[in-house]
Amino acid sequence: MFKKFQSSTDISGQTPVKSSVQRSIRSAVLEQWKIEPETLEAVWPKKEGLVLVKCREHISIYTIHGEPIFFQHFDGPIYPTLRLLHKCLALYPISQTHSQRLTISLTDPYILPMVRVDRGAIRFLLAGAHMMCPGFTSKGGYLPPAEEGLAAGVPVAIHAEGKEHAVGVGITKLGTEEIKRVNKGVGVEIVTYVGDDLWAIQSL
Amino acid sequence: MPAKKNRDKGDRSATTADPIPATSEPEGPPPPESKPPVQVLYCGVCTFPVEYCEFGSSLTRCKEWLQEHDLERFNKYYSEEALHAKIGTLSLEAQSKLEQDTAKKEAKAEAKADAALKKKMASQVTIKRIERNKRKHVTSVHGLEAFGIDLKKAAKQFASKFATGASVTKNPQGQEEIVVQGDVSDEIFEMIEGEVGILKGIPADNVEIVEEKTKKN
Repeated sequence: MFKKFQSSTDISGQTPVKSSVQRSIRSAVLEQWKIEPETLEAVWPKKEGLVLVKCREHISIYTIHGEPIFFQHFDGPIYPTLRLLHKCLALYPISQTHSQRLTISLTDPYILPMVRVDRGAIRFLLAGAHMMCPGFTSKGGYLPPAEEGLAAGVPVAIHAEGKEHAVGVGITKLGTEEIKRVNKGVGVEIVTYVGDDLWAIQSL
Repeated sequence: MPAKKNRDKGDRSATTADPIPATSEPEGPPPPESKPPVQVLYCGVCTFPVEYCEFGSSLTRCKEWLQEHDLERFNKYYSEEALHAKIGTLSLEAQSKLEQDTAKKEAKAEAKADAALKKKMASQVTIKRIERNKRKHVTSVHGLEAFGIDLKKAAKQFASKFATGASVTKNPQGQEEIVVQGDVSDEIFEMIEGEVGILKGIPADNVEIVEEKTKKN
């Protein structure tokens, strides 16, 4: 979505969001993400006005003090920006070593359900490729177990083998059980990733 | 797309079964609740979270940066054992291939940056005096954006400096330029030379003043 994004040409306007609309966004966020109201309050204090940045192709980015915090395509699900995702992760205790991290990360309360790709896929992810099923089903990858399986069209945080921070945000193209079964082709579509043009925008 | 939304709502309600235990779970270890968000350390060179530097195109510089700024993390990510652990699941040849790729990418990125710099240094700024009427002129400044100058701000600066109108307009080629009312070409040249305000980093050699007369038969 943000592989090519130029703030000079792709942004059509900025408007402050009405407080009533802000309320509904807040409740939508609380409903869609696994996020504590206190945590949300910390990243988006009630007093701070949200600014809606309208972009091409019906993308709307919401910013606070010019810093993008989440975005939406049409009126689809609300995605957090990666920086926000990193911030919220840092709210939770992080264990020190790599190996510990790998086991603990799976039960940590992330604001988006998490999936993990193996090390070989990172390179392609950082080039903006959609994530293929084998990246999740191989040894380094991770998908939620069957009882917590995700359906298609769910926003997920994409982590990488051996790394503690999320590397991308995506939307599942197949259900997680289906990914395991088919094991071929695109499993998760990338919405934003570390190093894309949305990442490059520190403030609007 | 609206259909997608409905679908999403649908499976949300399906998955809310697990967020409920998840939301009640953090109450077990309560301390992190009201902590302010912690800033993740991002690399000063490639802006990635430091652990992803190895996939960027400037690993050597990133390493130096991290060593300078956060030795603890540097040791965590680039010490012998960390490197060893990383190889873990990959086969040896895949690893060496990856290393080669990284080196190649780095060289490429460097060459690209060099070329960009060269291009920037070679690009010209044209100050054009355009005759609008027998005794009246406008001045158009073209090519400032190549030096990373915000045209709108520059126009504002010209306008307040010369107390005339200055605007950013598209020329017939579709490129943006600043048009200042009045003949101020020499003054603008001096401003660029003296690096006044935001007009910074333009070598005076790259600036040329030309004159354009409208031909009226």
